[in-house]
Amino acid sequence: MTSELVKLTAAAMADALTAREVSARELTQAHLDRTAAVDGAVHSYLHVDAEGALAAADVVDAARAQGRDLHRLAGVPIAVKDVMATAGLPTTCGSRILEGWVPPYDATLVSRIKAAGMPILGKTNMDEFAMGSSTEHSAYGPSHNPWDLERIPGGSGGGSSSVIASFQAPLAIGTDTGGSIRQPAAVTGTCGTKPTYGGVSRYGLVALASSLDQAGPCARTVLDTALLHEVIAGHDPLDSTSIDAPVPACVTAAQRADVRGMRIGIVRELTGEGFQAGVQQRFDEAVAHLVDAGAEVVEVSCASFTYALAAYYLILPSEASSNLAKFDAMRYGLRVWPEGLEDASAEQVMAATRDAGFGDEVKRRIILGTYALSSGYYDAYYGSAQKARRLIADDFAKAFQSADVLVSPTAPTTAFQLGDKLDDPMAMYLNDIATIPANLAGVPGMSLPSGLAPEDGLPTGFQILAPAMADERLYAVGSALEARLTAAWGGQLLDRAPALPTSEVAR
Amino acid sequence: MSTTTSTDAILGWDETLAAYEPVMGLEVHVELGTATKMFCGCPTTFGADPNTQVCPVCLGLPGALPVVNEKGVESAIRIGLALNCEIAPWCRFARKNYFYPDMPKNFQTSQYDEPIAFGGHLDVELEDGTVYRVEIERAHMEEDTGKSLHVGGATGRIHGATHSLVDYNRAGIPLIEIVTKPMFGAGERAPEIARAYVATLRDLLRALDVSDVKMEQGSMRCDVNVSLRPKGTEKLGTRTETKNVNSLRSVERAVRYEMQRHAAVLASGGSIVQETRHWHEDTGLTTAGRIKSDAEDYRYFPEPDLVPVAPTEEAVEALRASLPEPPAQRRKRLQAAYGFSDLEMRDAINAGLLDLIEETVAAGASASAARKWWSGEIARRANGEGVDVPTYAAQLAVTPAQVAELEGLVTSGRLNDAMARQVWEGVLAGEGSPTQVADARGLQLVRDSGALEAAVDAVIAANPDVAQKIREGKVQAVGALIGQVMREMRGQGDAAAAREVIMARLGS
Repeated sequence: MTSELVKLTAAAMADALTAREVSARELTQAHLDRTAAVDGAVHSYLHVDAEGALAAADVVDAARAQGRDLHRLAGVPIAVKDVMATAGLPTTCGSRILEGWVPPYDATLVSRIKAAGMPILGKTNMDEFAMGSSTEHSAYGPSHNPWDLERIPGGSGGGSSSVIASFQAPLAIGTDTGGSIRQPAAVTGTCGTKPTYGGVSRYGLVALASSLDQAGPCARTVLDTALLHEVIAGHDPLDSTSIDAPVPACVTAAQRADVRGMRIGIVRELTGEGFQAGVQQRFDEAVAHLVDAGAEVVEVSCASFTYALAAYYLILPSEASSNLAKFDAMRYGLRVWPEGLEDASAEQVMAATRDAGFGDEVKRRIILGTYALSSGYYDAYYGSAQKARRLIADDFAKAFQSADVLVSPTAPTTAFQLGDKLDDPMAMYLNDIATIPANLAGVPGMSLPSGLAPEDGLPTGFQILAPAMADERLYAVGSALEARLTAAWGGQLLDRAPALPTSEVAR
Repeated sequence: MSTTTSTDAILGWDETLAAYEPVMGLEVHVELGTATKMFCGCPTTFGADPNTQVCPVCLGLPGALPVVNEKGVESAIRIGLALNCEIAPWCRFARKNYFYPDMPKNFQTSQYDEPIAFGGHLDVELEDGTVYRVEIERAHMEEDTGKSLHVGGATGRIHGATHSLVDYNRAGIPLIEIVTKPMFGAGERAPEIARAYVATLRDLLRALDVSDVKMEQGSMRCDVNVSLRPKGTEKLGTRTETKNVNSLRSVERAVRYEMQRHAAVLASGGSIVQETRHWHEDTGLTTAGRIKSDAEDYRYFPEPDLVPVAPTEEAVEALRASLPEPPAQRRKRLQAAYGFSDLEMRDAINAGLLDLIEETVAAGASASAARKWWSGEIARRANGEGVDVPTYAAQLAVTPAQVAELEGLVTSGRLNDAMARQVWEGVLAGEGSPTQVADARGLQLVRDSGALEAAVDAVIAANPDVAQKIREGKVQAVGALIGQVMREMRGQGDAAAAREVIMARLGS
């Protein structure tokens, strides 16, 4: 029973709860049991909150027993990336420097999850401060890809992708600064959406790069992703960059799954060279499915995308160098006393703490960003990057005149081996080549499974991009494609994932 | 090193002026009087217990985000307009990055190359009536930092302290920084002009009701930039920035001192170090702070967590229309209208009475009577309580309308001055309006001639000696009889009328 329960979609779990075939407590406990069995091998979680999750489930069960109106997802448990502030639960961002910090407040999207009655199972692993594509930069050790435990689950949100791919949670929250929701989804055979910038509140999202960060939903199906999207989206007065407009009708679009007459734009710069053969093959097949479903294919060119990676790696470190300045041991988190100094000054304590508390990748980007913002270099680096960013936004606008959505493979390759790219930052950065443009332009993007690459049998991802605040188009296209693919596969892609070794986790 | 002694030489004032021309620039930080902080909803009340007015935003907790205080922006625009500045139709906040323990985010949210207001001026009238125009470079919005208290050292400075305590109540309080253009041609009047500028600015901000501008509490702080150049030369000298000069008198003294100190250095062939200077109120000296180079790199960049500030033209024009009359102009107008002497006017202004007098006049009293009440009887009582008149009036809910009503009772002849003071006591005791108190206490000058004549006759009969003297022409003796008549009438007689009747009876 338990193992079947956790394999249901979130929508099916919601139905079972509504029909009172299962209680929220049973459902939550089933997931906690699954975690106890498999997370020793997968390491999706940095912190599991069994007590809190069960208490939240009990509240839902009691409310349901009283016949109270409940949110559709009430009682469906969820995992939250450790970059979101959760009152009373540790929030480390995968960094030593925040070890032991317990926020006194909830991120807005966490409040919305709680208001919907969704038990929070725990906090998921991530690359330190969301810098990375593999979770190998987590200070607490990497997560593993459930398809092959020797491989990366993607990053930075590898905890959230692996937690749903290993059925420890049906839903998870991710954040996407340059692909940290979509690339992990692609390499684990799951779905994930980066909403329009400003579509989901960033209040309580520990900032990596403020102008690029966007929280979003992770799930195993397009509909589940849409359901979660609508829980967390919507204007928040606490976030100035949050958009004050109605939430796009994601669930309706996912249910209708209608692409007839839609123009699907293939971005010339995001296919072909540099993409693994099996990834490209599954992409081409997926496009054929969409044509079969009634869509029209157009080819578009976005020449400026060539500069996206370079612009991104100037803007992101610049903002990050400033955002991460607050981690100074003065008010919270780690405090390291400089060795051999009895009368250390505040500055010396700051320096010693930041030296000990930040990992190499974080330091690399802080140094890069500090340099890029320096007077005399600002125009050449940060200024030029902003110009490139504007060109990229212009190219998107132009492309969306001839296409309703744009599509590409999500990541250039399937999951690589843990350790493979750890010593080559540039190779690691190139993983996000197809996902970064959306963050620079603020447009929404989704990744969903397109199959397994013939050469290595690992999942490949299909990316859909839409104009700002037209997130529903992602779900219309994604859902139509998913229907055709699952029909062809005879079930969910994850059904084909190997069984995980189960054991009791020592906690 | 003690902070209050200095080995710096200074050159005599006349010698300084003979050889050098000063160039000044003033930066004034004003804490806005908004109810909440610039980027969060925390209260801004002064003097609260440390770290009780804080939240995730102003503590810079991970994940927290700023939201602009609309009132703060409005105040900034009003200040800009009052300083004759242009208002930017679109501008952004910027991050000023540097590490300091009392700055929660280790960057200050400020404005850099896109200030909300720029290119204005403020005309400053000196004691002798000369008007000096101060050009305003810009006025921009920013947030205050927390406050550090250094413990264990002798001086309260970080040097020698064993540890520091930080209070973040002040972190995030809205500030407006008003920066002048370099002020040329001030010559020997530079210290006076500096003082007059800060005083005029303070009055203007007070009239705008955007800040309580209390220099002693730090809600208005002044940094004084001074440089000297040899007379007749063009090239600007190296400047120093004397920080936190927090009284009008100190502004004047600091400019003067720095001019003389610079002059001594330059005259001896030395060169000025570009640095900040600490001002010492007690000794009137400055001491060296940190070396400040133009290359100091704050890595400014546009604040990505905030959206641009883009006031519409209509909004700006509405704010312009709501600006109060400039204080200097208002004073001139009122002095002319009220016929006050310069001294009376200055006393009224210094005691903060002008608003009260104006309202009292508006309520029907004459200007001289209004001034007499507020600077006389009421000021005397306020002094007794150890507060200024406006504070006293606010505490006791004494209104200009009451003063005007009381004065009306005097001019209509119902009360004399002594009775009016009695009525005032009743008003202060909460017995009601002046008329109600006068009615309740039965206070009314007696106009009934029969009663007066009877009283006069009784007094004359009781004092035959005095009456005789008056008959013999010693008119000054009449005062004694008037006093008795008033007593006879329990203070409600009209002294002038009593005199007339007495003189008529005693026939001279």
